[in-house]
Amino acid sequence: MATDVSSCPLTQRQLIDEYFIEHRTKVLDIAAFLDRMDRAAARDGEDDFRFIAFRETLRELCSGVPGRIERVQMILSDRTTEPLAELDRKAAYGASIQRVPEQEEVRDGIH
Amino acid sequence: MEYIDLHAHMVSRTTDDYERMALSGCLALTEPAFWAGYDRRSVDVFADYFDRLTDFEPKRAALYGIQHYTWLCLNPKEGEDRELTRQVLDIIPEFLDKPNVLGIGEIGLNRVTRNELATFNDHVDLAVAHDQLIHIHTPHLEDKYKGTKAIVDALVADGRVQPGRVMVDHAEEHTLPMILEGGFWTGITLYPTTKTSPGRAVDMVERYGSERICVASACDWGPSDPLAVPRFILEMRRRGHGEDFIRKIVFENPVAFLGQSPKFQLPQARAASVVG
Ligand SMILES: [Zn+2]
Repeated sequence: MATDVSSCPLTQRQLIDEYFIEHRTKVLDIAAFLDRMDRAAARDGEDDFRFIAFRETLRELCSGVPGRIERVQMILSDRTTEPLAELDRKAAYGASIQRVPEQEEVRDGIH
Repeated sequence: MEYIDLHAHMVSRTTDDYERMALSGCLALTEPAFWAGYDRRSVDVFADYFDRLTDFEPKRAALYGIQHYTWLCLNPKEGEDRELTRQVLDIIPEFLDKPNVLGIGEIGLNRVTRNELATFNDHVDLAVAHDQLIHIHTPHLEDKYKGTKAIVDALVADGRVQPGRVMVDHAEEHTLPMILEGGFWTGITLYPTTKTSPGRAVDMVERYGSERICVASACDWGPSDPLAVPRFILEMRRRGHGEDFIRKIVFENPVAFLGQSPKFQLPQARAASVVG
């Protein structure tokens, strides 16, 4: 058997047979999360940078073009390049609070 | 299957975890110096920590037949404190001759600040001066792309560091290509929620092959899994990959990278089959 491969050895049918149920669960969790946001005690998170990025990633999931994972990763990334002048906090948020003026230019740099 | 976990913070784990890792095929692991979850107040605490990493932990691991190696540094989460950095950098050379120290790590960046970059460069200077291997932590979540790019750019521009002697760890889909293109080794971290699932790790080796790629648990004091590498092995089999391909990633690649240090001894159980 070759030591290196460039594609998945399983057929689409095999992937569905093996993995459909666990990914079905993940989709249901996301659907339930969006419904929960609608039922929330206050609608105070619509413009939260994390929720905005989250909705943008969902649009990417419907893309027919391979590379969804890299594009989702970049939607959730800080695309600025300048180091911070000083430490603001220790932990990451999971989505970028920074504004990126030349977003497209940086995204084109992804392989 | 026998394996090496290239990134495990065993000071945060119990002896039972060593036993479970041994039972699941772990022959060796490497433990980078890292953040304790709180900032340490003085250089003395680091001296005690390095003492534990070079004395107590290898003894504890040996009880279960696991070889314990380590990397020393002041980690990126505390790298903003330049004065503490200077003090810790002063004591590291005292420990570099210990038999289980493979190099400097896990250095890198956290929020990508100017001071963190200066602290990173100081550690690179130390590694170059003492001809040490380097183990690098790349930032979490939204900071990963920016931080990985800053690290790769700095090392490529530096020119003193041989990329083949550097492990740039915690790679994900959007950072792995730039690391490999720079000639570095890279690690995929099998860590719940904030890093990579076994399924995504398998995707990456399917897409980029097995050259200069390792996997590790990075188990620590957070929700994490000391048996993450066996779970990767299981997922590789589930996806139809052969045993030779799997063994290259979980055993032969770590041996090839770590073996660049004369202190690294090939775990005995596999020595014959790899050399032969
Ligand atoms: Zn770590």
